[in-house]
Amino acid sequence: MRVVLAEDLFLLRDGLVRMLEAFDFEIAAAVESGPELSKALAELEPDVAVVDVRLPPSHTDEGLQCALAARRARPGLPVLVLSQHVEQLYARELLADGNGGVGYLLKDRVFDAAQFIDAVRRVAAGGTAMDPQVIQQLLSRRSSDQPLGALTPREREVLELMAQGRSNAAIASQLVVTERAIAKHTSNIFGKLGLPVSDDDNRRVLAVIAYLDQGR
Amino acid sequence: MTPERRPGETVSVPGARRGGRHGDDERDEDMTRLRDAVIAGAQGLYLTIVSLVGSIVLFVFAVLSIAFILLGIGFFTTPAVLAAVRWYAGAQRTRAAAWSGVTIPNPYRTYPADLRPGLTGQVERCTRLLKDPATWRDLEWLLVNMTAGPVVAVFAPALLLYMLYGWVLALGVWKPIYDAGGGEWFAFIHVTSQSTANQAALLGMGFFLLGVLVNPGLVRTHFLLSRAFLAPTPAMRERQLAERVDRLTETRHDAVDNSAAELRRIERDLHDGAQARLVAMGMDLGTIEAMIETDPAKAKELIAKARQNSGEALTELRDLVRGIHPPVLAERGLGDAVKALALRLPLPVEVTVELTGRAGAPVESAAYFAVSETLTNAIKHAGAERVWVDMHHAEGMLRIAVTDDGKGGARLGAGSGLAGIERRLGTFDGVLAVSSPAGGPTMVTMEIPCELS
Repeated sequence: MRVVLAEDLFLLRDGLVRMLEAFDFEIAAAVESGPELSKALAELEPDVAVVDVRLPPSHTDEGLQCALAARRARPGLPVLVLSQHVEQLYARELLADGNGGVGYLLKDRVFDAAQFIDAVRRVAAGGTAMDPQVIQQLLSRRSSDQPLGALTPREREVLELMAQGRSNAAIASQLVVTERAIAKHTSNIFGKLGLPVSDDDNRRVLAVIAYLDQGR
Repeated sequence: MTPERRPGETVSVPGARRGGRHGDDERDEDMTRLRDAVIAGAQGLYLTIVSLVGSIVLFVFAVLSIAFILLGIGFFTTPAVLAAVRWYAGAQRTRAAAWSGVTIPNPYRTYPADLRPGLTGQVERCTRLLKDPATWRDLEWLLVNMTAGPVVAVFAPALLLYMLYGWVLALGVWKPIYDAGGGEWFAFIHVTSQSTANQAALLGMGFFLLGVLVNPGLVRTHFLLSRAFLAPTPAMRERQLAERVDRLTETRHDAVDNSAAELRRIERDLHDGAQARLVAMGMDLGTIEAMIETDPAKAKELIAKARQNSGEALTELRDLVRGIHPPVLAERGLGDAVKALALRLPLPVEVTVELTGRAGAPVESAAYFAVSETLTNAIKHAGAERVWVDMHHAEGMLRIAVTDDGKGGARLGAGSGLAGIERRLGTFDGVLAVSSPAGGPTMVTMEIPCELS
């Protein structure tokens, strides 16, 4: 799987290259600025891009803008955005086209190599990887609202993991229960929230996030 | 500027050199002159009427109202009448700048915004107004503006319109007037025959041409006359400057205090937070190194702890950075930073932004934290359930309004959070106003002078 990586801090870029290579990714390019990233995304056609939000030369949200532009040029191009801080505002912009293949994680998440690599793979496969903080913020704002308030604590836990983009199998192993139990929880959640049940994991994630984000 | 011109090509450059080869320039320039003169004529007519009516009415009211102070009623009417006088003078200032490019600065003293309520406040307001020499100069101006002002202004339309009367006479109207036993005077010509009537028409055209030449100057003279009374005298100017120096000294003091306090807070946060965690991590790593072979299970436990410490240090640093300069503010500017802030709050906040560019970084930061603190107030003290934030930039001012549906009763008194915001905006000559009746809603408006880039 070919990856384009954009990160301006040498130490972190180097570390990410080594980690990705250790998990059998091919690094198509590891760049350090916005213009280089745009060029690499346009020319190298990677399977997935891992991009830092803030990049030189402007040191604003250049990485995010390059990623969004590349996705407009090539809809569905898988992009995993990394940042020192997560903002719902940015998450919303990434999810806005509804195409999936989007990830948005705090840089801290690379500490846990297994989970991080899982997120990269999920995004590359057209899935979603939202940082737990984004989902927690969404949930905490609406904690008292009906029908979210009607969920059992376990169902909330499942909903949180689901919104992060995890598959039933991943949720099951994290919560140490059977996949069947998770499937039951999910159908309960969808019933309570009045969302249409879908077998497509990615549609499911987007529907849940849209539900949590509505009215904002 | 003498560009090469092809025959028949019309070049219309305002203020171009006279004497174009084909007279095109000249004709254009004449047309501009004529248009300006006609406009100045209309302005003169307007000024004559407005000066006469406005000055007389306001002067009479002002004198009566001040006289009524002896009866007590004047305390209540005078501030209102004087406010009307200032508004009227302000309109004249605006016209002077727009029509003749004459700038007339404001001479008025500034007053503390928080006058005492009730009767005492009213008396204080009235006294302060009457103690301001600018008030009395305004009244003098009213006198001039109802006499000399209209006289100067009326010439502008008169010079143009008088020609029409000359023509009317020359076209035969002189005869019935003469027959009726009159003999009309047109300026200094006694019209008693067709030839004198023709002379009158000719003289009228002369007046018209004179009007074309001097009209804009007449309107300008009218405004210069106003400026002589409406602009601050050197003594008033000095006082204004002294007030300004006082204000700058005060705001600079606040700014220095603020930044020192801020640095102390950051130092303490780093010292007790991230720094302490890094020390703990270093110690854990040392222990791990020592026991990795003798007690791998314990070492593994410590590694988990070190990782947790590093994560927490990062979280603390992230919060600290948000408090110093929010990342979205750096990346996207004020509008998106406030939108991102709104999304993190536990209640619906509607944010409308109309900014065409970005303000300077210090202004953006001050405005952001002002909004952030106002929102915190709305949630913590007003018990609001909904908040609206409106930000826009117009006429060199960044205007921000934060409205909530809480219980109201917020005051700008000493020690309140709002006073702190006001002090910090003061560094940028910004102002803050609060409208918060008991029972709500509360509306906090902020204005900061700045340019967008």
